[in-house]
Amino acid sequence: MSAMVSSAAATLTAGLTSTGEASTGEAILFWVLAPIMVVASLGLLFARKAVHAAMSVITVMITLAFLYVAQDAPFLGVVQVVVYTGAIMMLFLFVLMLVGVDASDSLVETIKGQRWIALLGGLGLLVVLGGVVVTATFPPARGLDATTYPAAGLDSTGQPSNPQGLAAIVFGSYAFALEVVGALLVTAALGALVLTHRERLIPKRDQKTRVKDRVRALASGGTLTPLAAPGVYARHNAMDVPALGPDGQPVEASVNRVLKVRGQEADADLYAARIDRVLAGGWADEDLPAAAPVDAIEAAETDCDPDPTSEEADR
Amino acid sequence: MSASVAVAVAAEYSGADFSNDHWWVPLLKGVFIMVLVLTSVIMAIWFERKVVAKMQLRPGPNVHGPAGLLQSTADAIKLLVKEDISVRAADKLVYLVAPVIAVFASFLTLAVVPMAGEVSVFGFRTPLQMTDFPVAVLYILACTSVGVYGMVLGGWSSGSTYPLLGAVRSTAQVISYELAMGLSLVSVFVLAGSMSTSQIVEAQYREQWFVAALPLAFILYVVSMVGEVNRLPFDLPEAEGELVAGYMTEYSAMKFAWFYLAEYINMLNVSAVATTLFLGGWHTPLPLNYLGVPDSGYWGLLWFLLKVWTIMFFFVWVRGTLLRFRYDQFMNLGWKVLIPTALAWLFGVTAIRAIDEFTDVDSRLMLLVLAGVLLLFAAAAFLVPEKQAPPPEPDTEFDPYADGYPVPPMPGQTLPPSPRRLRAMAAAGAGYGPSDAAPSDAAPSDAAQTEETDRD
Repeated sequence: MSAMVSSAAATLTAGLTSTGEASTGEAILFWVLAPIMVVASLGLLFARKAVHAAMSVITVMITLAFLYVAQDAPFLGVVQVVVYTGAIMMLFLFVLMLVGVDASDSLVETIKGQRWIALLGGLGLLVVLGGVVVTATFPPARGLDATTYPAAGLDSTGQPSNPQGLAAIVFGSYAFALEVVGALLVTAALGALVLTHRERLIPKRDQKTRVKDRVRALASGGTLTPLAAPGVYARHNAMDVPALGPDGQPVEASVNRVLKVRGQEADADLYAARIDRVLAGGWADEDLPAAAPVDAIEAAETDCDPDPTSEEADR
Repeated sequence: MSASVAVAVAAEYSGADFSNDHWWVPLLKGVFIMVLVLTSVIMAIWFERKVVAKMQLRPGPNVHGPAGLLQSTADAIKLLVKEDISVRAADKLVYLVAPVIAVFASFLTLAVVPMAGEVSVFGFRTPLQMTDFPVAVLYILACTSVGVYGMVLGGWSSGSTYPLLGAVRSTAQVISYELAMGLSLVSVFVLAGSMSTSQIVEAQYREQWFVAALPLAFILYVVSMVGEVNRLPFDLPEAEGELVAGYMTEYSAMKFAWFYLAEYINMLNVSAVATTLFLGGWHTPLPLNYLGVPDSGYWGLLWFLLKVWTIMFFFVWVRGTLLRFRYDQFMNLGWKVLIPTALAWLFGVTAIRAIDEFTDVDSRLMLLVLAGVLLLFAAAAFLVPEKQAPPPEPDTEFDPYADGYPVPPMPGQTLPPSPRRLRAMAAAGAGYGPSDAAPSDAAPSDAAQTEETDRD
């Protein structure tokens, strides 16, 4: 369906008549896209989560690209999506990813009175922009006909085709400005490299040294293999239950140390006792010695479980 | 001078002509693309499972339908009727929208890919290509970059660790591999003088396939296209050994199916783009075009699909052959190998093209000079000293029980003779003179080796 939209946008490229009036198709496109853009822009302002704001910006960018294509600027429209949506917003998202899904902005003012300053600045910008929009008068739109190279890049219908006409302008009239911008960008990239460069104070620990260290630690109780996964051989497939080794004894190291620190670890001995009872020919739950009734085990389990309802659901 | 650039390059090759199209013709082509894509995906899943199975010497799907052809249909129906589980910790809106973004963006690409030349649709002559415009290839890049948002947002919104890691990897992967892909495509633009797909196909028809003219660009494109669609050596965002299923871990039923669909459509897309930009598009492949096999009308579609499925086979072949990269290896390949190579290649292509275009240098002379330069480089390469092997470890005393475990001698260390050999040496030495036949420190290495084989 979106392919239809884009092809429709492509057929609309000749939408602007010679008098500068928009054609019906372009008007329809505008009135479909404009509300989406406005809603998305408001979303940028009012979204609580940073990723929602980023999504709003992406929406605005893509709808704006549709309008560019409709305004006979397919190169600008497509490059906007490739560069801004595809690369720059992706970098933004890359950083936001690390914030996590639950995080939302804190509304505490870090600079005293910044809200009023921002409001004042926004009002000033509004006045300036409004003034420009009201007072400006535009000459009739001429598009790329206005280039100093009218013969440049004519397509089959005699119209200057978009990327070639643009190339003639950028690499013709504005070649020097382009070079300056290029130099600036290279300098900025080099600056970023220099600023983020880090002298290595200790030798890099590569795979080989790590392997050597693990072998060395073997003699003093380390393991070569990854640690056993928790809960795998226990009754519950749960993170807080230690795995049972082939000897039926709990492997303490299999439970994440974070859970241990928080005190959310299940008691390994209870589970080991169950295994022992099964190995002895009895039932895990029934036929218990008087010292450890069923309720005690169940109670211990529920205590350890941070969310008792989930265990209910499991059954 | 810049004006002459544009004049020289502009409109050298004629593109597709859509002037005869009625309003319903693109609509019909759109429906055709949808049907083609969806059936191809069903086919591709079966094809992949069957070919990988043959490579691994097992039968593969063979129960439902002839040769298991209906297996993917059955899978699709299963996914449709499965319970749709939503995660409580998920960000609901984004969680729902992400698979939609992925699949919709993947449908967009084929709109600008020419599948055949002029064909007749209900009596109208029209190219078998939905639309084309001067920046069609950039439009393809734009569509793929939007499609990646599906993965990234899906991974983030799941509210779970593994999907988040998959999403982060996916972002980094796209940023690094799209650069190399874009740069490799620029050399195609330079040679074809256009970014319109039909004109690029036409340019290859007139001159030669760009895989022959720009071999390095083709290799770069193939590597980065595998990275772009997350196929096996580069499937880090969904590495099942590390991240369960990466960004789609928390998705089930139809939402998962949409991600799955998007992945296979993207495979078809990049194959179609590689066909169009490097393998001559819908024109007859190499040996057959000299035999006069036609590519007019719907014949073009046959050749196009043949080339696309050849690349699909390559995808499956790679999956059956290569192992997954480690993440740092993957990043090193992207930033330290692909991008510098692409930049150097682009510079070379542009320079040669500029010399060809703006000077009267004979192309034969240019090739000779180029060969001379290459020879010079090759000669200079002989002067560069060979990379030294890392210095052997300092000749430490061999400790057969280092760190508490029996270990073999490292390079530079020699194994001391076994007690039995010591006795034998002592016995042999007794015939000559003093009995203290202690083993010399510099025992010959072959002695050490026989010692190894003597054991047991």
